[in-house]
Amino acid sequence: MSDSTQVLAVEHHEHPPYQRHHFVSMEQQNETTSFGMWLFLLTEIMFFGGLFTAYLIYRNWYYPAFVAGSHQLDILLGSFNTLLLITSSFTMAMGVWCAETKRSKGLVWSLIATLILGLGFLGIKTVEYKEKWEKHHIPGTSFSWQGFEHPTPDEIKKGDKALPEDIARKTEVYFSLYFAMTGMHAVHMIIGIALLCGMLWKAMRGGYMDGHIAYVENFGLYWHFVDIVWIFLFPLLYLISRHQ
Amino acid sequence: MSEHFANHDPNSGHAEEEHHIVGPATYALIFGALLVGTAITIGASYLEMGPWNPVIALAIAVTKATLVVLFFMHIKYSSKLMKLTVGAGVFTFLILVGMSLSDYISRAWGQW
Repeated sequence: MSDSTQVLAVEHHEHPPYQRHHFVSMEQQNETTSFGMWLFLLTEIMFFGGLFTAYLIYRNWYYPAFVAGSHQLDILLGSFNTLLLITSSFTMAMGVWCAETKRSKGLVWSLIATLILGLGFLGIKTVEYKEKWEKHHIPGTSFSWQGFEHPTPDEIKKGDKALPEDIARKTEVYFSLYFAMTGMHAVHMIIGIALLCGMLWKAMRGGYMDGHIAYVENFGLYWHFVDIVWIFLFPLLYLISRHQ
Repeated sequence: MSEHFANHDPNSGHAEEEHHIVGPATYALIFGALLVGTAITIGASYLEMGPWNPVIALAIAVTKATLVVLFFMHIKYSSKLMKLTVGAGVFTFLILVGMSLSDYISRAWGQW
């Protein structure tokens, strides 16, 4: 007993107030924190992995329906959203750099840019969802597959083919996956934006300038992860066989 | 930072990582590469490549994701523990997806 108190007294050297006592050093604490964050992100990969697997199997089964469904998406809006999200990842990375190098203003502006780009992404997603609502392409009782069996002359001119009824009905599977995957992605964006607002509030009051930036760094990891999910969603959902 | 390291047990497996700050130049370069990758993905989807279309699309997406993980998420500059964690995660992911797909491909022959 007396031994251990002595050891503590000797080993308790100076450390920053935010270093927990059970860590040897800040390096160890930071490593542990990001290790935990990465474990969480791995569970997220598995979660989205289930959706991607379902997508791959159904795409192989009902390929013509997936082509027809994919051609309903606006490639311009999708590309623009990709641009917004990649840019927001860049601004977030810059935010982490500003926090690391103690640039308070830079951090605030990076977070504001990330926030605006994230909100812009969700805004465009809303426009896209609204169009699906109007066209009755939301799976459920009001889903309409007739447009795929009897495309308008305009759509035929653009290269869309009339699908037989059994295949046309399967477009509902495509849209189910479209809404499940982009919906779960959007939920992650909304959670990220909520966290981002809290972080911005603190940064505007001079926060994260004392070297304790684990929160900013780990939020960055989360935000980049959400970006990676979209990097896969965009070609898989929007770009199926665009040459047809 | 380095005098903290002097107190550090060299056998604990954390020894190699001095905290590396990734700078704006690297971020801008990766940002540019991601934009180019996006443009190539869109362009490639308009070419007729048969079964290669999805392969190309996924290859570009994997490349972009790798760039994000290595540079935006700092894994290139992280300790071996972090690299191994990410690698193990990707490996497990591929096992789960691969095994599920092999199950679907190898039964109900000709029905899909």
